[in-house]
Amino acid sequence: MAIESVAPLPWLVLLPLAWATLSFLLGPSRGAGIAIVGLLLQAGLVLLLAWQLTTMGTQHHAVGGWGAPLGIDLVADGLSVVMLLMTAAVALPVAIYARAWFVAKPAGAAWFWPLSGFLVAALNGLFLSADLFNIYVTLELLGLAAVGLTAATGERRAVAAAMRYLLATLLGSGAYLMGVALVYGTYGSVSLAVLGGLVESLPVVMLAAGLMVAGMLLKTALFPLHFWLPPAHGGAATPVSALLSALVIKASFYLALRLWFGVFEPLAAVSAAQVLGALGAAAVFWGSVQALLQARLKMLVAYSTVAQVGYLFLVFPLATGTPAEAAAGAWQGGVLQAVAHALAKAAMFAAAGAMILGAGSDRIDRLGGVGARLPLALFAFGLAGIVLMGLPPTGGFATKWLLLMAALETGQWWWAAVLVGGGLLAAAYVFRVLLAAFAPVPEQGRVTGVARSLEWTAFALATAGVLLGLFAAHVVTLLDVGA
Amino acid sequence: MILDSLLPPLVVLSSFLPGLVIFFLDESRVRLRTTLNLVGAVTKLLLIAYMLWGVFHQQDFVFRHTVLPGFDLVLNADALAMLFVTLSAVLWFFTTLYAIGYLEGAPHRSRFFGFFSLCVTATVGVAMAGNLFTFFIFYELLTLATYPLVVHRGTPEALRAGQRYLAYTLGGGAILLVGIIWLYTLAGSVDFVHGGSLAALGSAHAAELRWIFLLLIAGVGVKAALVPLHGWLPQAMVAPAPVSALLHAVAVVKAGAFGIVRVVYEVYGVTFAQVLGVLTPLSWVASATILWGSLRALAQDDLKRRLAYSTVSQVSYIVLGVTLFGPVGTVGGVVHLVHQGIMKITLFFCAGNYAETLGIHRVSQMDGVGRRMPWTTAAFTLAAFGMIGLPPLAGFVSKWYLGLGALEAGMDWVIGVLMLSSLLNAAYFLPIVYRAWFKPQAGEWPHEHILARGRRETGWLLLLPPVFTAAAALAVGLFAAMPFSPLDWVQLIAEREYAP
Repeated sequence: MAIESVAPLPWLVLLPLAWATLSFLLGPSRGAGIAIVGLLLQAGLVLLLAWQLTTMGTQHHAVGGWGAPLGIDLVADGLSVVMLLMTAAVALPVAIYARAWFVAKPAGAAWFWPLSGFLVAALNGLFLSADLFNIYVTLELLGLAAVGLTAATGERRAVAAAMRYLLATLLGSGAYLMGVALVYGTYGSVSLAVLGGLVESLPVVMLAAGLMVAGMLLKTALFPLHFWLPPAHGGAATPVSALLSALVIKASFYLALRLWFGVFEPLAAVSAAQVLGALGAAAVFWGSVQALLQARLKMLVAYSTVAQVGYLFLVFPLATGTPAEAAAGAWQGGVLQAVAHALAKAAMFAAAGAMILGAGSDRIDRLGGVGARLPLALFAFGLAGIVLMGLPPTGGFATKWLLLMAALETGQWWWAAVLVGGGLLAAAYVFRVLLAAFAPVPEQGRVTGVARSLEWTAFALATAGVLLGLFAAHVVTLLDVGA
Repeated sequence: MILDSLLPPLVVLSSFLPGLVIFFLDESRVRLRTTLNLVGAVTKLLLIAYMLWGVFHQQDFVFRHTVLPGFDLVLNADALAMLFVTLSAVLWFFTTLYAIGYLEGAPHRSRFFGFFSLCVTATVGVAMAGNLFTFFIFYELLTLATYPLVVHRGTPEALRAGQRYLAYTLGGGAILLVGIIWLYTLAGSVDFVHGGSLAALGSAHAAELRWIFLLLIAGVGVKAALVPLHGWLPQAMVAPAPVSALLHAVAVVKAGAFGIVRVVYEVYGVTFAQVLGVLTPLSWVASATILWGSLRALAQDDLKRRLAYSTVSQVSYIVLGVTLFGPVGTVGGVVHLVHQGIMKITLFFCAGNYAETLGIHRVSQMDGVGRRMPWTTAAFTLAAFGMIGLPPLAGFVSKWYLGLGALEAGMDWVIGVLMLSSLLNAAYFLPIVYRAWFKPQAGEWPHEHILARGRRETGWLLLLPPVFTAAAALAVGLFAAMPFSPLDWVQLIAEREYAP
C-alpha cells in the first residue's frame, strides 16, 4: 500500500481509544507503557498527515463510507493539523513524565491512563470534526475526561475543584448544544461545509452564535469566566495540570476561532470583537497580578494560564473587520500563541511539579536550594517563562511580533500596550520564582533529587517552545492550507 | 558560495554549542570544561580571521533564514559587524582565560561558563544582525544571558542589582520592540544598508520617524547607559570581575552603543537623520552623559564603582562621534568602540586582581600597591592614561578624531565637552595612579588571598590577560596608521558608509 493512500484521520481517534481501554484493563504500570507506544504512533500519524496536507491539500475522510449529510465526515485542514501536532507534541512528553510521576506519587494512577486516552481521543476528534453535533459529542467527552482527571487523586481540594469544573464545563457545552439546536432548527443542517454558505444575520442565528461563543468563553476560562480554572489546574496531579492547561482549554478556543472566522463570519461584529479583546486585556492584567500574589507555585502557574488565555482573544479585534493582510497576521499570531503556550505551559507545570517534589512543599518561599539541586528543572522553568514573556527567539516572541504588527498596522495601539505590558508582568512573576529558587538554604540537603525523566521531559517541552519561534514560518505555511 | 553563507552562523555557534554542553557538565569536570571553552574561543578567532580577509576584499558573508513570513533572521558580516565581532572574540578569549583563573575552586562554574558563552553568542549575534528584527532577537538574548552572571554570587546585593538590571533592560527591550514594529509598519522589513533606507519615505512621515527614532534610541540607550537610563550599570558591578570586564568592555554597553551606530547609519542614514534634525538632541544627551558620568566617578571610593561610572561616560564618546555629521566624526566614534573596550577590560581585570589577590576594593586602600603588584599596576596605569587621552595611547586617537570631527561638523562646543571630560578623567584616574605608585603602604593588606611567590605577584591566569590587553591599548594607539589597525578598519567603514 502506498503511503499516500494511508488515511490517518480515523486512526487518530481510534488509536487513543484503544490504548485507553487497554490501559484500563491491564492496570497503571503496563498501561503507561502502552500509552507511550500509542502516543508515539500518534505522533507518526500526525506527521504523515501534515506531509499529506502540504503535498495534497485539505484531507477528507467519510467514516464507514457514508458522506455528509448521513455519515460522519472527518476533515483536516491547516488549522486542524496544527492543533493535532500541538496535541501530539504535548501529550507524548507528558505521558513520559506521568509515568515517572506516578511512581513517586501513586494517587490517581489507575484513573490517569484510561482517562487521558479518552481525553486525547476527544481532542483529536474535535479537531477533525466537520459538523456541529459531532463537535458537541467530542466536547462533552473532553469535558468529562478532564473533570475525571482533575478529581483522580481523590484529595479533598482536587475533588472540590473538579465539582466546580464540572459545573462550568457542563454549562459551557449546554450553551453550545442549545446553539446547535437553534442552528439546526433554522437551516436543517449541522455540517460546517453546508452552513458556510447559508448563515445570515437573523435574530435566532445571532442568539445561537452568541450561545455557542459564550459557551466556549466559559470553557476557555476567559476573564471573568475563569473562576473554575485556578483551583482545577492548580489542584490536580501535575501531569493532569499540564494536559488541562496546555491542551483542554485550547480545544474550546479552537472552536471559537473556527466558528467566528468560519460559519459565523457574516455575523461577526467589530463591536463584539472589541469586547472580546477587552476581556482578553483584562485577563492579561488580572491573571498576571494574581500570579504575582500567589503563595503556591502551581497556583501561580495556573493564574499565568488565565493571563495567557487573554492574548488568545486579542485575535478577535485584530482580525475582525481589519484589512486582509493585518487580519491574516493576527490570526496566525493567535494560533501560534495557542501552540506556544501549550508547549511552554506544559513545560512549566512539569518543571514546577519536579521542583515541588524535590523541595517537599509547593510554597514559593520554600523553594530555596532548588536552583542548586535541580538545575535542569529550574532551567526548564526559566525557558518556559521566557516563552510566556514573549522574548525572542521563542514561539511566544513570534506570536507577540505578529500580534503587535497587526495592532500597529490597524492603528489599534491599545492592544499593543496590552501585549507589551503583559510581557513585562509575566517577567515579574517568572523571575519571582527564579529568585526564590536561587535563594540559599540554611539546612543542607533539604531538597532531594527527583527522577531524571521528570526534569528532562520538562526541558524538552520548554526547548520545543523556544524552537517554535525559529521555525514559526513552517507552522504558518501549514496553517495556510485550506484557510 | 554556500560555505561562505554558513560562516556567520558558525561564528555564532562556536560559542553557543560549547556553552550548551558546559551547562550539563558536572562541576568537577574542570579539564573538559576548560578545553571546551578554549576550543570554542580559538575556533571563533580562526573563523573570524578568515572572514576579515574576505570582507576586506569585498566578499559577502550573508546568512538568511525565514522565521516568519516576510521576516528573516539575517546574519551579515559586513565591515562594521566584523569590527565588533573581532573585538568581542579577542576579548572573550582573554576574559575566558581570566575567568578560569579567577573562579578556580568557586562553586557553580558550569552554570557560570554556560551563560558566559551564551553572552558572547548573543554579542556576536548583535554584531552581525543584518536587520532590526535579528538585532532585537540577539539583543534580548543578551539580556537573558547576562542576568544569571550579574546575580552569580547570589548575595542579596547581587539579587537586588539583578532585579534592577532586568527592570531597566526588559523595559528598554519593550520600548525597542514597539519602535521596530512601528517602523516596519511604515517601511516594511528592511535590511541594514550603507547610507540607510528611510530617506525614500521622505518628509511625509517626518513626525512619525522622529518618534520612532526616540523609541529606538531609548530602547538601545538603556544598555548604552545614556543618562538618565544608566541607573542599572553602577549597581551591576557587584558581578564577579570577569563579568564586569565583559559587560563594560564588550557585551552589554557596547551592544547598546552599537545599536545606536546601526540605527543612525544603516536604518535612517546619517544624512537623513541630519535632515530630520535628530542628531543634535542626541549629541546633547551624549555630552550630558559624558560629563555626568565623569562627575559621579569622581565621588566614588569603591574602585569598581568608579570604573563603572567611567564607563557611563566613555561609552557616550561613541554616541557623540555618531552624532558628529561627517566621516571624521564617524571614525572617532566607531573606533572608540574598540579602543574603550580594550582599555576598560584592562582596568576591570586589574581591579579584579587587586580584589582577588589582596582584598582591595576601595581606592583608599590602594596606597603603595604598585610595589606589591607592579605588573598589574603598570597595566592599570597604561589603561588609565589611555582613558584620559594621553598620546600615543588608544584613547588619544579616539579623542583626536572626535575633536576634528566636531570642527568639521561645525559643532565647536563639543571641543569644550571633550576638554572638560578629559580633565575630569584625569581627576579621577590620576589620584589612583599616584596612590598606587608613590604612597607608602598603610598597614596590612585587607585580605591577602594569594601570596607573592618570587616575581609572580598573583596567579598567571590573572596576570597575563591585563598585561596583554594593556599592551594592546598601547599598540592600537601607537600603530594606528598601520593597515588592519582598528583605525584603519574604521576608516574603511566610514568610506563605505559615506560613499555616494
